Amino acid sequence: MNWTAYLPMLWQGAVVTMTITLSAILFGVILAFVFGILRVEGGPILSKVALCYTEVFRGTSLFVQLFWFYYALPLVGLSFDPITTGILVLAAHAGGYGAEIVRGALSSVSVQQMEAARALNFNRLQTLFRISLPQAVVEMMPAFGNLTIETLKLSSLVSLISIADLTFSAQSIRNITLDSTSIYSVTLVCYFAMSLMLMVVVRVIERMVRRGNAFPRAAHS
Amino acid sequence: MMYGYEWDTTTWLTYATSILPIILIGLTVTLKAAAAGFAIALVLGLVFALLRRSRIKAISWTTAVVVEFLRDTPLLVQLFFLYYVLPDFGIVLPAFLTGALALGLQYAAYTSEVYRGGIEAVPRGQWEAATALNMTRMQTYRDIVVPQAVPRILPAMGNYLVAMIKETPVLSVVTVLEMMGLANMISERTFEYLVPLTMVGLIFLLLTLVCSAALHRLQLALPKAGIPLK
Repeated sequence: MNWTAYLPMLWQGAVVTMTITLSAILFGVILAFVFGILRVEGGPILSKVALCYTEVFRGTSLFVQLFWFYYALPLVGLSFDPITTGILVLAAHAGGYGAEIVRGALSSVSVQQMEAARALNFNRLQTLFRISLPQAVVEMMPAFGNLTIETLKLSSLVSLISIADLTFSAQSIRNITLDSTSIYSVTLVCYFAMSLMLMVVVRVIERMVRRGNAFPRAAHS
Repeated sequence: MMYGYEWDTTTWLTYATSILPIILIGLTVTLKAAAAGFAIALVLGLVFALLRRSRIKAISWTTAVVVEFLRDTPLLVQLFFLYYVLPDFGIVLPAFLTGALALGLQYAAYTSEVYRGGIEAVPRGQWEAATALNMTRMQTYRDIVVPQAVPRILPAMGNYLVAMIKETPVLSVVTVLEMMGLANMISERTFEYLVPLTMVGLIFLLLTLVCSAALHRLQLALPKAGIPLK
């Protein structure tokens, strides 16, 4: 059988993989900012909560989390379809790593900036949103780029909870045709192509962020 | 191997204690797989890093593409590739070795970047001194550059070891019975999933917390011993 015959089925899988990866990144980045900011600005209790979140999701292996939530969520009455579970777990995992990125970038903003904000009578929220975050976001971009590729790669694990992503499609075709070499080669190339595409997108966003940061709110003043 | 074992699922506590011995056997397999994979990654990563710095364009470019490819494709698919494709070419490895090889290949791509950073951080003068002493390129790497590069990249390598430990459950899909594979197997017999999976998760959490604390101490200890960190 010619390997081009596999492409339509692999394409369907690739679409699912892309959907899961992009949704997981979107929610993951939101979680990352919420918990990363809480780590720095959350006060004694909320910063501990954020610390627990990052340690648990960074420390317990995505593989375990995926199966745990797949079996645990229905027990507490939350039955999602597998795709939603997959997206949520991947997002929580990426959020854990992302929160560390956000925390690191926020704490790398220089002390003088904080002092200047204080001298200008900015309150804490204004300092965070007008001074720290705009500078920190630029620092975060390369790390978030890596996290995006990591998430794409890890999304292959959702095939194990019966989601028909690219890896799952490859597995099902192999089980029928036993033509391992061409199927897995094509699948690896597909993942590589998707990684390269995501890298280009991340670069474009990075450039936009940098440009936006070069003239911070000049129009207002 | 599970025949003859009885699990007491009356309460979560009795269930947990009755499966603990098997989970701990799985833990040893997990650690062995990570150790084997890490050994491969350390050696192969250095090879990749040196080939990447080769003065012959064809070699350095090919290495760059291979490393990039290994780094940007999922471990799971690479593992399937090795597990199903190698036998087609007459190479039949035990599942454990295939798994360790897959882990090692993926992480060699990461460690090669770490080596590269470490090698580039060795001051230019060291190279010039080696040239002045009439050392060959090979000797310079072996006796001057790599010995200076390795200590300062230890913390970064340690981080990858921790990451690798957390990825070993993937090996269970090619029949390696490490911790997660055993937990899944027990769950499928008892239809009680949460206790075994929670135990495995907690063991991983404990492992990573201990390793991170050790790495943190290493990071503090190295500069005191006169080794600058990258």
